[in-house]
Amino acid sequence: MSVLAVDVERELGTFKLTARFEAAGGVTGMFGPSGSGKTTIANMIAGLLTPDRGSIALDDRVLFDAADRINVPPHRRGIGYVFQEGRLFPHLSVRQNLDYGRRMSGRAANPKEFERIVTLLEIGHLVDRRPRLLSGGERQRVAIGRALLMHPHLLLLDEPLASLGSSHKREILPYLTRLRDDAHVPMIYVSHNAAELRRIATSVVRLDAGQVVAAGGLDLLNDAEADALG
Amino acid sequence: MFHLSPDEWTAVLLSLRISIVATVFALPFGIAVAWVLARTQFYGKALLDGIAHLPLVLPPVVTGYLLLISFGRKGLIGAFLEEHFGLVFSFRWTGAALACGVMGFPLMVRPIRLALEAIDRRLEDAGATLGASRPLVFLTITLPLALPGVIAGLMLCFARALGEFGATITFVSNIPGETQTISAAIYTLLQVPGGDAKAAGLVLVAIVLALTAVIASEFFARRAGMRFQGE
Repeated sequence: MSVLAVDVERELGTFKLTARFEAAGGVTGMFGPSGSGKTTIANMIAGLLTPDRGSIALDDRVLFDAADRINVPPHRRGIGYVFQEGRLFPHLSVRQNLDYGRRMSGRAANPKEFERIVTLLEIGHLVDRRPRLLSGGERQRVAIGRALLMHPHLLLLDEPLASLGSSHKREILPYLTRLRDDAHVPMIYVSHNAAELRRIATSVVRLDAGQVVAAGGLDLLNDAEADALG
Repeated sequence: MFHLSPDEWTAVLLSLRISIVATVFALPFGIAVAWVLARTQFYGKALLDGIAHLPLVLPPVVTGYLLLISFGRKGLIGAFLEEHFGLVFSFRWTGAALACGVMGFPLMVRPIRLALEAIDRRLEDAGATLGASRPLVFLTITLPLALPGVIAGLMLCFARALGEFGATITFVSNIPGETQTISAAIYTLLQVPGGDAKAAGLVLVAIVLALTAVIASEFFARRAGMRFQGE
């Protein structure tokens, strides 16, 4: 059953993006070279960018429909977003960052759940620090925890490892696979790195120059490498 | 040498009251105008920018005159406020506070605007995806991140209000106990032969107050800025 249905068009200057795909549960890898429109699509799913035409639906809930003039604002979409650069709030402690989504939605504190996520990501020793003092890998783990603690219906991860060195990449990947197997939140994982996606994704949507060129299983990653070699 | 007469104390306390009231009431308008200037694009924005800066470049006497004809009892706004809210500005300390607030306004707007422009908007997007509505994003992310600029604006407005002379004396005159601020009291003393010695006490108070304001704002702005750096 499809969880997310995307059918959007958007022109940005001379760049034209036309994307139509569906994503089921598990981890959908959005794969393509840089400039192929991956982040643009992620921003449209999150509500940070408005498509010119088309529709977006999540769990049978319409988030955007140009024809029906429906455009749910980002704060009501319930979609967690882990950005490439983390985007932790510098004026808040790690704990306050993690708590932000809960506070904004007015939910009561749930120390058990907080503890579970903090343990899963092994960030317990960081909660009283300021984001500025964290390493890149620690920052991304906190960003993932922050997005998870808002109870997202869907988690968007936009190149969450791209800003990290190779040793930090190796540090984060186990957490992400653990997340996939334990958290039961469908994820869209944006990356240009086939090796990374092979570790984490369960299905793949391939993009090139603003177009969805293929959608299917992990074998699409091999084709891409063959294409690149060819 | 340092001795203030009861009348001079009155002027000092009045000055402080006028400056604090002027700054506090100017703040919401200052943040609103700074936000509009930093974040929006519209036809006539240059005009708003110009009007916000006007008190800085106009002769204070002209600002005082404009206040007199608009906020005086017979002025359009003044008559309206008196009739509907019983609020009178002319020849009252409230009028002095209005004049000081208007004169300090451009100095308040500028640092707040710069601080707002320097904020990474992507942090606000992140806040929105975490469930914060636009007002909540403003209150929990934008405003705290702009805090050093807000503090600088408050201090500059307060200091300007404390030193205001021309617009105030034009608008609400120089009435001891009602509109006679430190500056006006010094001016009055200097009109009398030999008054310069008498004015020395008030001059010293003016210097101490101005210095305190600068040091305090530096301290608070640094502390606010430090929160982003670490513990």
